[in-house]
Amino acid sequence: MTITYESVEVGDDLPEHTSAAISRHTLALYCGASGDHNPMHVDIDFAKKFGMPDVFAHGMLSMAFLAQLLTKWVPQERIRHWGVRFTAITPVHARVICTGKVVEKFEKDGEKRVRLEINAKTDGGLHTLAGDAIIALQ
Amino acid sequence: MLDKSFIGLETEPRSAEVEKGQLRFFARATGETNPVYFDEKAAKAAGHPALPAPPTFLFCLDTMAPSSESIMGKLGVDIGRVLHGEQQFTYGKPIYAGDTITMKTKISDIYDKKGGALDFIVQDMEAVNQRGESVGVSRTVIVVRNG
Repeated sequence: MTITYESVEVGDDLPEHTSAAISRHTLALYCGASGDHNPMHVDIDFAKKFGMPDVFAHGMLSMAFLAQLLTKWVPQERIRHWGVRFTAITPVHARVICTGKVVEKFEKDGEKRVRLEINAKTDGGLHTLAGDAIIALQ
Repeated sequence: MLDKSFIGLETEPRSAEVEKGQLRFFARATGETNPVYFDEKAAKAAGHPALPAPPTFLFCLDTMAPSSESIMGKLGVDIGRVLHGEQQFTYGKPIYAGDTITMKTKISDIYDKKGGALDFIVQDMEAVNQRGESVGVSRTVIVVRNG
Protein backbone atom coordinates (compact mmCIF):
# COMPACT_ATOMS: atom_id res chain seq x y z
CA MET A 1 0.00 0.00 0.00
CA THR A 2 1.34 3.40 -0.95
CA ILE A 3 1.52 5.81 1.96
CA THR A 4 0.11 9.24 1.14
CA TYR A 5 -0.30 12.41 3.18
CA GLU A 6 -4.06 11.94 3.16
CA SER A 7 -3.84 8.28 4.19
CA VAL A 8 -1.96 8.91 7.43
CA GLU A 9 -3.20 10.48 10.66
CA VAL A 10 -1.41 11.81 13.70
CA GLY A 11 -1.19 8.89 16.12
CA ASP A 12 -0.73 6.22 13.42
CA ASP A 13 1.92 3.62 14.15
CA LEU A 14 4.35 2.39 11.50
CA PRO A 15 4.56 -1.38 11.07
CA GLU A 16 7.10 -2.53 13.64
CA HIS A 17 10.49 -3.76 12.43
CA THR A 18 12.53 -6.21 14.49
CA SER A 19 16.11 -7.23 13.72
CA ALA A 20 17.56 -10.70 14.04
CA ALA A 21 19.45 -11.32 17.29
CA ILE A 22 22.82 -9.52 17.13
CA SER A 23 25.51 -12.20 17.33
CA ARG A 24 29.25 -11.64 17.59
CA HIS A 25 29.32 -12.68 13.95
CA THR A 26 26.87 -9.86 13.12
CA LEU A 27 29.23 -7.40 14.81
CA ALA A 28 32.22 -8.73 12.85
CA LEU A 29 30.31 -8.39 9.58
CA TYR A 30 29.11 -4.89 10.48
CA CYS A 31 32.66 -3.90 11.43
CA GLY A 32 33.86 -4.76 7.92
CA ALA A 33 30.77 -3.57 6.07
CA SER A 34 30.53 -0.19 7.78
CA GLY A 35 34.21 0.70 7.92
CA ASP A 36 33.90 1.24 11.68
CA HIS A 37 36.85 -0.80 12.87
CA ASN A 38 36.71 0.26 16.52
CA PRO A 39 37.82 -2.92 18.35
CA MET A 40 35.32 -2.17 21.15
CA HIS A 41 32.65 -3.97 19.09
CA VAL A 42 34.55 -7.12 18.17
CA ASP A 43 37.46 -7.66 20.59
CA ILE A 44 36.46 -8.61 24.14
CA ASP A 45 40.05 -8.16 25.39
CA PHE A 46 39.99 -4.57 24.19
CA ALA A 47 36.54 -3.96 25.72
CA LYS A 48 37.71 -5.25 29.12
CA LYS A 49 40.84 -3.11 28.97
CA PHE A 50 38.57 -0.06 28.77
CA GLY A 51 36.31 -1.13 31.61
CA MET A 52 33.47 -2.74 29.66
CA PRO A 53 32.37 -6.28 30.61
CA ASP A 54 31.90 -7.35 26.97
CA VAL A 55 31.81 -6.04 23.44
CA PHE A 56 28.60 -4.21 22.51
CA ALA A 57 26.82 -3.40 19.26
CA HIS A 58 27.62 -0.35 17.17
CA GLY A 59 25.01 2.35 17.72
CA MET A 60 24.97 2.82 13.95
CA LEU A 61 23.90 -0.81 13.47
CA SER A 62 20.70 -0.05 15.39
CA MET A 63 20.32 3.19 13.43
CA ALA A 64 20.55 1.07 10.24
CA PHE A 65 17.66 -1.05 11.61
CA LEU A 66 15.68 2.15 12.24
CA ALA A 67 16.46 3.17 8.64
CA GLN A 68 14.86 -0.13 7.55
CA LEU A 69 11.77 0.76 9.59
CA LEU A 70 11.53 3.96 7.51
CA THR A 71 12.38 2.46 4.10
CA LYS A 72 9.83 -0.34 4.58
CA TRP A 73 7.24 2.42 5.04
CA VAL A 74 8.26 4.86 2.28
CA PRO A 75 10.96 4.99 -0.41
CA GLN A 76 14.22 6.39 0.95
CA GLU A 77 14.01 9.52 -1.25
CA ARG A 78 11.12 10.70 0.95
CA ILE A 79 13.32 11.05 4.03
CA ARG A 80 14.27 14.70 4.44
CA HIS A 81 15.92 14.67 7.84
CA TRP A 82 16.22 12.34 10.80
CA GLY A 83 18.22 11.94 13.91
CA VAL A 84 18.57 9.89 17.05
CA ARG A 85 20.08 9.98 20.51
CA PHE A 86 21.76 6.80 21.67
CA THR A 87 20.26 6.39 25.13
CA ALA A 88 21.79 3.04 26.16
CA ILE A 89 24.37 0.57 24.91
CA THR A 90 22.94 -2.33 22.87
CA PRO A 91 24.26 -5.62 24.29
CA VAL A 92 25.31 -8.56 22.16
CA HIS A 93 22.51 -11.14 21.55
CA ALA A 94 19.78 -8.46 21.65
CA ARG A 95 17.07 -8.19 19.04
CA VAL A 96 16.34 -4.56 18.18
CA ILE A 97 12.66 -3.63 18.03
CA CYS A 98 12.08 -0.48 15.95
CA THR A 99 8.89 1.54 16.23
CA GLY A 100 7.60 4.76 14.74
CA LYS A 101 4.56 6.97 15.21
CA VAL A 102 3.20 9.90 13.22
CA VAL A 103 3.20 12.88 15.58
CA GLU A 104 2.68 15.86 13.23
CA LYS A 105 1.44 16.69 9.72
CA PHE A 106 2.61 19.96 8.18
CA GLU A 107 3.62 21.73 4.99
CA LYS A 108 7.06 23.18 4.41
CA ASP A 109 9.05 24.21 1.31
CA GLY A 110 5.96 23.46 -0.81
CA GLU A 111 5.85 19.87 0.41
CA LYS A 112 3.45 17.89 2.56
CA ARG A 113 5.45 16.37 5.38
CA VAL A 114 5.00 14.29 8.49
CA ARG A 115 7.12 14.11 11.60
CA LEU A 116 7.64 10.67 13.08
CA GLU A 117 8.75 9.83 16.56
CA ILE A 118 11.05 6.80 16.28
CA ASN A 119 12.46 4.50 18.93
CA ALA A 120 14.56 1.39 19.27
CA LYS A 121 14.32 -0.99 22.19
CA THR A 122 15.94 -4.35 22.80
CA ASP A 123 13.89 -7.47 23.40
CA GLY A 124 15.29 -7.24 26.93
CA GLY A 125 13.42 -3.95 27.42
CA LEU A 126 16.33 -1.50 27.12
CA HIS A 127 15.44 1.76 25.38
CA THR A 128 18.48 2.26 23.12
CA LEU A 129 17.66 4.92 20.51
CA ALA A 130 15.19 7.81 20.52
CA GLY A 131 14.67 10.29 17.75
CA ASP A 132 12.52 11.72 15.01
CA ALA A 133 12.25 11.77 11.24
CA ILE A 134 10.79 14.21 8.73
CA ILE A 135 9.21 12.45 5.74
CA ALA A 136 7.79 14.11 2.62
CA LEU A 137 4.55 12.51 1.35
CA GLN A 138 2.41 13.12 -1.71
CA MET B 1 38.53 17.63 29.94
CA LEU B 2 39.16 18.34 26.27
CA ASP B 3 40.80 21.51 25.06
CA LYS B 4 37.94 23.73 23.88
CA SER B 5 40.27 25.62 21.56
CA PHE B 6 39.61 22.81 19.05
CA ILE B 7 36.11 24.24 18.51
CA GLY B 8 36.00 25.51 14.93
CA LEU B 9 38.64 23.08 13.68
CA GLU B 10 37.93 21.93 10.11
CA THR B 11 39.33 18.85 8.43
CA GLU B 12 40.82 18.69 4.96
CA PRO B 13 38.31 17.37 2.41
CA ARG B 14 38.48 13.60 1.97
CA SER B 15 36.82 11.37 -0.62
CA ALA B 16 35.38 7.88 -0.81
CA GLU B 17 34.07 5.96 -3.78
CA VAL B 18 30.70 4.26 -3.32
CA GLU B 19 31.46 0.65 -4.24
CA LYS B 20 28.57 -1.67 -5.11
CA GLY B 21 30.26 -4.64 -3.44
CA GLN B 22 30.49 -2.66 -0.22
CA LEU B 23 26.79 -1.76 -0.49
CA ARG B 24 25.92 -5.46 -0.86
CA PHE B 25 28.13 -6.29 2.13
CA PHE B 26 26.39 -3.58 4.18
CA ALA B 27 22.98 -4.96 3.15
CA ARG B 28 24.03 -8.44 4.28
CA ALA B 29 25.51 -7.23 7.58
CA THR B 30 22.34 -5.31 8.44
CA GLY B 31 19.93 -8.10 7.45
CA GLU B 32 18.46 -6.00 4.65
CA THR B 33 15.61 -7.78 2.85
CA ASN B 34 14.64 -5.09 0.32
CA PRO B 35 16.35 -6.14 -2.95
CA VAL B 36 16.62 -2.52 -4.09
CA TYR B 37 19.68 -2.34 -1.81
CA PHE B 38 21.54 -5.41 -3.12
CA ASP B 39 20.10 -6.40 -6.53
CA GLU B 40 20.86 -4.02 -9.41
CA LYS B 41 17.88 -5.28 -11.43
CA ALA B 42 15.52 -4.49 -8.55
CA ALA B 43 17.16 -1.08 -8.07
CA LYS B 44 16.73 -0.21 -11.75
CA ALA B 45 13.15 -1.50 -11.76
CA ALA B 46 12.48 0.92 -8.88
CA GLY B 47 13.85 3.81 -10.96
CA HIS B 48 17.39 4.01 -9.58
CA PRO B 49 20.37 4.32 -11.97
CA ALA B 50 22.45 1.98 -9.74
CA LEU B 51 22.35 0.50 -6.23
CA PRO B 52 21.37 3.29 -3.81
CA ALA B 53 23.33 3.87 -0.61
CA PRO B 54 20.98 3.28 2.36
CA PRO B 55 20.20 6.15 4.76
CA THR B 56 23.06 5.67 7.24
CA PHE B 57 25.72 4.80 4.66
CA LEU B 58 26.96 8.40 4.48
CA PHE B 59 28.38 7.83 7.96
CA CYS B 60 30.21 4.74 6.67
CA LEU B 61 31.67 6.65 3.73
CA ASP B 62 33.01 9.18 6.19
CA THR B 63 34.69 6.37 8.13
CA MET B 64 36.05 4.69 5.01
CA ALA B 65 37.48 7.77 3.29
CA PRO B 66 41.27 7.68 3.54
CA SER B 67 42.47 10.58 5.63
CA SER B 68 45.86 11.64 6.89
CA GLU B 69 44.38 13.09 10.05
CA SER B 70 41.85 11.68 12.49
CA ILE B 71 39.84 14.09 14.61
CA MET B 72 40.05 11.80 17.64
CA GLY B 73 43.81 11.52 17.19
CA LYS B 74 44.16 15.27 16.91
CA LEU B 75 42.15 15.75 20.09
CA GLY B 76 44.16 13.05 21.87
CA VAL B 77 41.07 10.90 22.48
CA ASP B 78 41.49 7.15 22.98
CA ILE B 79 39.11 5.15 20.74
CA GLY B 80 38.34 2.82 23.67
CA ARG B 81 36.75 5.71 25.57
CA VAL B 82 34.31 6.95 22.95
CA LEU B 83 30.58 6.34 22.70
CA HIS B 84 28.20 7.56 20.01
CA GLY B 85 25.88 10.11 21.60
CA GLU B 86 23.74 11.45 18.77
CA GLN B 87 23.50 11.18 15.00
CA GLN B 88 21.51 13.25 12.52
CA PHE B 89 21.25 13.29 8.73
CA THR B 90 19.71 15.81 6.34
CA TYR B 91 19.65 14.64 2.73
CA GLY B 92 20.32 16.26 -0.63
CA LYS B 93 20.77 14.30 -3.87
CA PRO B 94 20.65 10.50 -3.55
CA ILE B 95 23.95 8.61 -3.32
CA TYR B 96 24.50 5.74 -5.78
CA ALA B 97 27.11 3.08 -6.44
CA GLY B 98 29.82 4.61 -8.60
CA ASP B 99 29.59 8.05 -7.01
CA THR B 100 32.59 9.68 -5.40
CA ILE B 101 31.62 11.51 -2.24
CA THR B 102 33.82 14.26 -0.83
CA MET B 103 33.37 15.17 2.82
CA LYS B 104 34.67 17.73 5.23
CA THR B 105 34.01 18.01 8.92
CA LYS B 106 34.02 20.87 11.39
CA ILE B 107 34.09 20.61 15.16
CA SER B 108 31.14 22.83 16.06
CA ASP B 109 31.23 22.44 19.82
CA ILE B 110 32.97 20.76 22.73
CA TYR B 111 31.37 20.68 26.16
CA ASP B 112 31.56 18.56 29.28
CA LYS B 113 29.08 17.17 31.80
CA LYS B 114 29.26 15.52 35.20
CA GLY B 115 32.17 17.63 36.38
CA GLY B 116 34.33 16.70 33.40
CA ALA B 117 33.67 12.94 33.63
CA LEU B 118 32.13 13.11 30.15
CA ASP B 119 33.23 15.24 27.20
CA PHE B 120 30.96 15.83 24.21
CA ILE B 121 32.37 16.55 20.73
CA VAL B 122 29.90 17.92 18.16
CA GLN B 123 30.98 17.34 14.56
CA ASP B 124 29.19 18.72 11.49
CA MET B 125 29.96 17.08 8.17
CA GLU B 126 29.09 18.25 4.65
CA ALA B 127 29.16 15.87 1.71
CA VAL B 128 29.08 16.50 -2.07
CA ASN B 129 29.15 14.14 -5.04
CA GLN B 130 31.46 14.22 -8.08
CA ARG B 131 29.20 16.85 -9.68
CA GLY B 132 29.55 19.12 -6.70
CA GLU B 133 25.91 18.56 -5.65
CA SER B 134 25.16 18.32 -1.94
CA VAL B 135 24.21 14.78 -0.96
CA GLY B 136 23.64 15.70 2.64
CA VAL B 137 24.92 17.00 5.91
CA SER B 138 25.28 15.13 9.14
CA ARG B 139 25.81 15.93 12.78
CA THR B 140 27.63 13.48 15.05
CA VAL B 141 27.96 13.85 18.80
CA ILE B 142 30.72 11.73 20.30
CA VAL B 143 30.86 11.16 24.06
CA VAL B 144 34.26 10.62 25.68
CA ARG B 145 34.36 8.73 29.01
CA ASN B 146 37.12 10.25 31.11
CA GLY B 147 36.48 8.07 34.17
